[in-house]
Amino acid sequence: MLLLACPWCGPRSEEEFSCGGEGHIVRPLASAEMDDAAWGDYVFMRTNTKGVHYERWCHANGCGRWFNIARSTTTNEILAVYQVGDNKPELPK
Amino acid sequence: MANYSILTLARNALQRHRGWPQAWRSPTLRPSYDAVIIGGGGHGLATAYYLAKLHGMRNIAVLEKGWIGGGNTGRNTTIVRSNYLNPESAAIYDHALNLWEGLSQELNFNVMFSQRGVINLAHDPGEERELRRRIYANQLAGVDAEWVGPTQLSELCPILNLDPNIRYPVMGGTLQRRAGVARHDAVAWGYARGADRHGVHIIQNCEVTGLDIREGRIEGVQTSQGAIRTPKVGVVAAGHSSVLAAMADIRLPLDSHPLQALVSEPVKPVMPTVIMSNKVHAYMSQSDKGELVIGAGIDPYNSYTQRGSLPVIEETIRAIVELFPITSRLKMMRQWAGIVDICPDASPIISATPVKGLYFNCGWGTGGFKATPGSGHVFAHTLAKDAAHPINAPFALERFYSGALVAEHGAAAVAH
Ligand SMILES: Cc1cc2nc3c(=O)[nH]c(=O)nc-3n(C[C@H](O)[C@H](O)[C@H](O)COP(=O)(O)OP(=O)(O)OC[C@H]3O[C@@H](n4cnc5c(N)ncnc54)[C@H](O)[C@@H]3O)c2cc1C
Ligand SMILES: [Zn+2]
Repeated sequence: MLLLACPWCGPRSEEEFSCGGEGHIVRPLASAEMDDAAWGDYVFMRTNTKGVHYERWCHANGCGRWFNIARSTTTNEILAVYQVGDNKPELPK
Repeated sequence: MANYSILTLARNALQRHRGWPQAWRSPTLRPSYDAVIIGGGGHGLATAYYLAKLHGMRNIAVLEKGWIGGGNTGRNTTIVRSNYLNPESAAIYDHALNLWEGLSQELNFNVMFSQRGVINLAHDPGEERELRRRIYANQLAGVDAEWVGPTQLSELCPILNLDPNIRYPVMGGTLQRRAGVARHDAVAWGYARGADRHGVHIIQNCEVTGLDIREGRIEGVQTSQGAIRTPKVGVVAAGHSSVLAAMADIRLPLDSHPLQALVSEPVKPVMPTVIMSNKVHAYMSQSDKGELVIGAGIDPYNSYTQRGSLPVIEETIRAIVELFPITSRLKMMRQWAGIVDICPDASPIISATPVKGLYFNCGWGTGGFKATPGSGHVFAHTLAKDAAHPINAPFALERFYSGALVAEHGAAAVAH
């Protein structure tokens, strides 16, 4: 079971959260000019990384706010917690 | 290589079973093959079997990073059914079901396919309407499906809790009588032995670490046992599909999640059929050894850890104890997870890629065991002919760009 540190509420059990999947997928601005290939990539394609995964979480059964984390998908270790809109954090080697 | 029959069994019994030959060889890797299948699960082995048997491609290899069947094939809860909603799905899953019915004879290997029926429960009027709609769709597609009310349910499965005062009372359910379960390991072993008999090389402990691509065409693969040249590669790597795709700079619409199951201590026969419930997210059957086989859901986040999270198991057990009160004091013996490749429309991807000669068969997610024979059969066709079989044509990657998704969330259900 994961212990996630909500930036506002502190460490809470995984059951209080919902995972919003891969982060840093930016909604295209010039959507009227996009072709099907660009839309398909945006809507459906994912990196599904085996390694460090940057993802969105919501403290759904808590404060209700969104934040990002970096987590290893091979160990589940949470490597960083950061704000939505921030760049991917530098991780200790 | 010995044919399995009552005669060979008797002869070997007299020799105290010392005379059985190996079921398949452990060959050394050749430097080149006409085709390479990456992933020695049921789907990969079935693909190789049909490639060799039906398309005459014998100089081929199946590369498996661990042991064959050690992925989701050997971790699944073995439900086989074909009652999906859309005609495209009914076609592929029913194609598989037809092959299942003759599979033990075809492979000369007992895959213990047992058509004990599968029931999907409804717990509220909305769900009942949804399931009845699926029955009509199934009947139109020629898939057997019928509605069973509480009285029939109590006859089909006496241990099911039909008390109308429980939190999620059972209102009825769908029944597919041709559905059932099979022995997962036997499917991998049977196809491996069959493929081996047609000359296929099955190479275990051989991890693919890179794909050699030149001018948009596959030329070979890098493995932990050395490089291989080949003009054709079929990737059948389930939860690791995205990892292999990344080796070719391809992105897939997949997310990998752990999916868990658990089994109880063995008990006398109490569960004559398979019962699944979407609403409370649990399902149960009984293995021939007597263990109750219980399936849970996926972890809600991506992971390759092959463990699974405890809250998911707790939720499932809560539901199981309410649906089948006799389980409340059973001991659970084992719990495990497999990494499943979840696709946005809950349908598989059987497809060519932008790289010539490189094909993917993936996205089966939580429910691909049932499709093993059909998937291998049409994927072999796709690889051999460099063109989709009509049955897998709707499952190409292009659907994520055209919008022609095959949405099966309802039927993929509690996920199997
Ligand atoms: C707990 C659980 C319950 C399930 N229950 C059901 C069910 O009741 N009914 C149903 O229909 N389906 C069920 N499924 C889904 C089903 O198991 C899968 O869809 C199906 O087995 C996939 O088969 P496969 O051959 O594609 O994958 P796998 O059996 O996973 O085979 C893929 C193989 O690829 C290998 N591989 C990966 N990367 C590499 C590499 N780089 N090089 C070489 N080899 C590699 C892996 O080691 C693995 O052996 C369940 C799954 C789980 C985990
Ligand atoms: Zn919070």
